[in-house]
Amino acid sequence: MPHDHSDHPHALLPPDPALRVKALETILTEKGLIDPAALEEIIDTYQNRIGPQNGARVVARAWSDPEFRAALLADADPVLAELGYYGRQGEHMVVVENTLQQHNMVVCTLCSCYPWPLLGIPPGWYKSDAYRARAVREPRKVLAEFGVTLPPETAVRVWDSTAEVRYLVLPMRPEGTESLGEDELAALVTRDSMIGTGLAKVPS
Amino acid sequence: MTACPEVAAPEPVFAEPWHAQVFALTVHLNEAGRFSWAGWVERFSATLKRHGLSRELDGGEDYFRAWLETLEVFLAEDGAASRAEAEVMRNRWEEAYLSTPHGAPVHLRG
Repeated sequence: MPHDHSDHPHALLPPDPALRVKALETILTEKGLIDPAALEEIIDTYQNRIGPQNGARVVARAWSDPEFRAALLADADPVLAELGYYGRQGEHMVVVENTLQQHNMVVCTLCSCYPWPLLGIPPGWYKSDAYRARAVREPRKVLAEFGVTLPPETAVRVWDSTAEVRYLVLPMRPEGTESLGEDELAALVTRDSMIGTGLAKVPS
Repeated sequence: MTACPEVAAPEPVFAEPWHAQVFALTVHLNEAGRFSWAGWVERFSATLKRHGLSRELDGGEDYFRAWLETLEVFLAEDGAASRAEAEVMRNRWEEAYLSTPHGAPVHLRG
């Protein structure tokens, strides 16, 4: 369909789903069921304030502080709540630790449950049918596509998230990082390493 | 799924503004007690499953289309926004965009 973008006689029409979302917002606002300011706050929070940097701080602290690590692995909810990271949907957080014996990987086969407070909004591939189906069926192959090759003696365990339980992978601390402080360590912790589709970066 | 984290540009959190809006709307309704998150996940999973039967979902636009459809059905069933109400309001917004000069703020007409 030809469309001259240099000379719009009218405002650019948003796509159909955008109009439908606006319609719901208007109806619910008019009925007093929602507060538009609260919507703005939620968008701002997820766009600007919540992201993998939160999870990276938790991982770096766990690498540096054995007591913190033990508490985190035993019962993550109170430890994370103390740091201000709690699930807005009331879900439980479980932290699973990678070791030489076991590599952990997280998926949500049902939809896209994800530890929002620690990692923000999931990337597109996490929500794709391809990842959701294959992570369970052929995790090593999926890992290889992410560039992760594990020693044969390392078992892969896949954790399926639900509305009630979300998982965070505690990646292995890279070698040669003994002298690093928490901030430097946090910079090595990638989002994918906390989903289990990557490893922590090795300092250059 | 390429592993090139150092040089890749940061991915936007939401690819389209309406993805953010429908996400926020759902989170807000949950927090306001309109529905439980488990109830939402159950319905949303069912929509994804249904859509995924006919084609492979890529987790982007199609994911949020399924999200929106789930929310529309949910709100229609619980009476907060019927299908007819939603359709009328959607068309009012379309009309508002089409009748507003380019560059001017878009408002619904009475």
